Amino acid sequence: MKPGRPGGTRGKLRRIVALARKETYQLTRDPSSIAIGMVMPALLVLLFGYGLSLDVTNVPVAIAVEDPSPIAMDLAAGFRLSRYFDAVLVPSMAQAEQLMLDDEVKGIVRIRPDFSRHMAIGDAEVQVILHGTDANTARIVQGYAQGAVAQWTARRAAEGYTVTSPPVVVESRLWFNEANDSRYFLVPGLIVLVMTLIGAFLTALVIAREWERGTFEALFATPVHTDEILVGKTIPYFVMGMIGLALCIVAGVFLFHVPLRGSIWILVGVSMLYLLVALGTGLWVSSVTKSQFVASQLALLLTFLPAMMLSGFLFDLRSMPAAVRAITYILPARYYVALLQTLFLAGDIWGVIIPNAAVLAVMAAGLLVMCRAATRKRLA
Amino acid sequence: MNTTALDVPVVARDIRKTFRRATGEEVTALGGVTFEARRGTLTALVGPDGAGKTTLIRLVAGLMTPDSGSLDVLGLDVAAHPQAVQDRIGYMPQRFGLYEDLSVQENLDLYADMHGVGGDERDERYPRLMEMTALGRFRSRLAGHLSGGMKQKLGLACTLIRSPDLLLLDEPTVGVDPLSRRELWEIVLHLVREEGLSVLMSTSYLDEAERCDHVIVMYAGTVLAQGPPADVTATAKGRVFVADAPGRETARAFQARLLAAPGIVDAVPQAGRVRFVRGGTPEPGPTPDDGPLAGTSVTAVPPRFEDGFMTLLHASTERAHTAERMVLRGVSADAGRDLVVEVNDLVRMFGPFTAVDHISFSVRRGEVFGLLGPNGAGKTTTFRMLCGLLPPTGGSLQVAETDLRTARASARQRIGYVAQKFSLYGLLSVRENLEFFASAYGLRGRRRAERIAWALEQFELTSLARLPSAQLPGGYKQRLAMAAALLHEPEILFLDEATSGADPMARREFWGRINSLAEQGVTVIITTHFMEEAEYCDRLVIMDAGRLLAEGTPAAVRRHARTPSGLEGTMEDAFITVVEDSRRNAATGGGAA
Repeated sequence: MKPGRPGGTRGKLRRIVALARKETYQLTRDPSSIAIGMVMPALLVLLFGYGLSLDVTNVPVAIAVEDPSPIAMDLAAGFRLSRYFDAVLVPSMAQAEQLMLDDEVKGIVRIRPDFSRHMAIGDAEVQVILHGTDANTARIVQGYAQGAVAQWTARRAAEGYTVTSPPVVVESRLWFNEANDSRYFLVPGLIVLVMTLIGAFLTALVIAREWERGTFEALFATPVHTDEILVGKTIPYFVMGMIGLALCIVAGVFLFHVPLRGSIWILVGVSMLYLLVALGTGLWVSSVTKSQFVASQLALLLTFLPAMMLSGFLFDLRSMPAAVRAITYILPARYYVALLQTLFLAGDIWGVIIPNAAVLAVMAAGLLVMCRAATRKRLA
Repeated sequence: MNTTALDVPVVARDIRKTFRRATGEEVTALGGVTFEARRGTLTALVGPDGAGKTTLIRLVAGLMTPDSGSLDVLGLDVAAHPQAVQDRIGYMPQRFGLYEDLSVQENLDLYADMHGVGGDERDERYPRLMEMTALGRFRSRLAGHLSGGMKQKLGLACTLIRSPDLLLLDEPTVGVDPLSRRELWEIVLHLVREEGLSVLMSTSYLDEAERCDHVIVMYAGTVLAQGPPADVTATAKGRVFVADAPGRETARAFQARLLAAPGIVDAVPQAGRVRFVRGGTPEPGPTPDDGPLAGTSVTAVPPRFEDGFMTLLHASTERAHTAERMVLRGVSADAGRDLVVEVNDLVRMFGPFTAVDHISFSVRRGEVFGLLGPNGAGKTTTFRMLCGLLPPTGGSLQVAETDLRTARASARQRIGYVAQKFSLYGLLSVRENLEFFASAYGLRGRRRAERIAWALEQFELTSLARLPSAQLPGGYKQRLAMAAALLHEPEILFLDEATSGADPMARREFWGRINSLAEQGVTVIITTHFMEEAEYCDRLVIMDAGRLLAEGTPAAVRRHARTPSGLEGTMEDAFITVVEDSRRNAATGGGAA
């Protein structure tokens, strides 16, 4: 007697479409969702692309030229011309040390009074003293200083001076990131953050919001099924996540000139898997807590912060203590970062792609099942 | 499916349901409830807060499962097949979950899709729903921007998107002003009488129960009585009388005295007189010289549903009326001028919108003054200005002899304010809340301790002092809010919708306290939705759309009432007449200009 029995496939499809449409209206009309889902990713792209860089340039150093010979001055000029250094010349070590104590400079390059004499006999030395408070920077500056000296030696050789070459020459070469540009690995990392933000953080609010506002009670007493509610909620956020992904890829490739060496389709495919994991986490947290505040805090703690700190995009996983490293194995972000870095900088390396993608697929399936179990059409 | 299942859509047998509170104690929501709802009738669950009405409706909707007992809805065991039941019912929860960021039309479309109502059916259904609810003009408005009454009507429209086999309504008119309430009722009655819909509803408004086919009177999870409302009314037959206050006693004081007297089940003010219900066996008539009735003229009147309800409740519980006589200290009834509130030509604008439009009134010391009006009339805005929480746009405002435009702080020391939603800290205990408010009012040392002890004792909160206030039952929250507002012994007490959602018992207790405050010289200014409560006021005003429409004693205001039968109108009739006349005038005046 009634057309379109509530249980039929057509009814089911219609309800899912209606719920997804409703969710989209709510998403687009809520300024805070727009801020988190659209403005934040754009800000992150700009911040990571332009503001944040792990490369060290313009390091202030003092060059104590205690040997006023032309050859010493030439070496000092080599430092002054380097873009990595912002060098000041001082005539004595005492002055250089004072600058270091005042934290005006991060390092001292000392050219001793007997530098030109030693140059002549072929065992000249340059002393490099570094401000060790920031060990990472110190190590990088040390490398730069060595490089600067080596370059200077090479230049002199090219200019026809006789140079006694050092016994061992270190020739380093960086693979995959030839320019040693940190943007190359920051942009893939950025994709993880954006996907986590949209996938988990935004969706953590959506089920809890319905509980808090009492909108579920009326909805539950209709022919709707729980899986329809979940699918209806997933669709708009999934679309939004894919838009975020597109934004990041376009910005990375065209704005920051990060190479994309793997297949874009594989990239999109594994991103969909990660997005499902993130959505599953968000919806699950939301269903279990039923409180927007708790859910958002939990989502931040469970997804966003680990994605930032423990996924291996900012800090190297191997240098972490074993216990912390063990935790990273349960974090989906870890697998996604490995996939992203491989796909962007190395190419379609199946040995990396298949195992990591498999882990993400299993996690996605598991979380969606957990969501289904956590959302029941029952009050209290 | 057999015929019985179709004829009796709800069959409940010995339903029990208990909940565990966060604190660990078990609460019995339903202690063995048996009832039936018949097809094509309007069945009402009637009872005070905490009677178990909402739990019962949720069980019928399949949103909860009973601990024991059997519950068949539309011939199906609802605990085993909730989805099959949900495919066929319409359910409107107490707080209908409208999506406030969706428009009226989008909310309707969503529910139409949920119920699989397609194009043709919608074309036929929507115009009827729009006509019924008069929401046609607001289809593109966001649900969040509708008034309370309009939200309820939209919720009902969403529930009625297709004709359900059973319609469940959980307190559909709570918090809705009298005009919207009447409109909602017209819709529901039309559905039952004209379309043969089966409706199961819950209500704590006793005048609503009177209009149902079948009532189930509930109290504390049990059924006290069930049958046609006339049967309930009949229990008070021959026990209801109206009396004048003897001598120079005010009706309010007389009512309070009667309510406290033994053998009196109920007493309420009515048009300057007191209506009361006697307990015990019905007698031909009370003897004028008997106890509290000495020196009065007593007339027997036919009972109302409420009288029967109170009789039933009184017979089954030991919940005796306490005198609720509170002892205040420090407030001198005769100090200062007679007029404590003077409002002249008061205006408040919010942008281009005039919330309060040139109103003037005054309140005398020790008076109980009522501010009545539908949602959005400007009552709360007026209140906030009187309390110095909102500066007026124009006009003058004198409260407790202080000009609120210049000296708000000193005036605030002399007023107490109970906000609509009781501003309590849910995580703090009763005592901690009182301590906080005492400090906020600048009470210190011994006086602070004395006042807190006073509040706990006078409001009977001592045994609950350590309970977090969020876990207090509704009536106790209201007591605590009132206690907090009285800690600094204010001269004027402002109460904004303090009895909204309270059951008849709690309301009588509340008014008992208000009476004794007024007798001790405290001025009470109150807003309310309950028209019968206006009877407790000494004087009242009716507001609508920011303007003052009527002013006077309850008896004077009642004379505005226009009833079809020409009988003496109730306060609600008067209210509706006054507001409708003013709206009609505004509409025609606007057309002419």
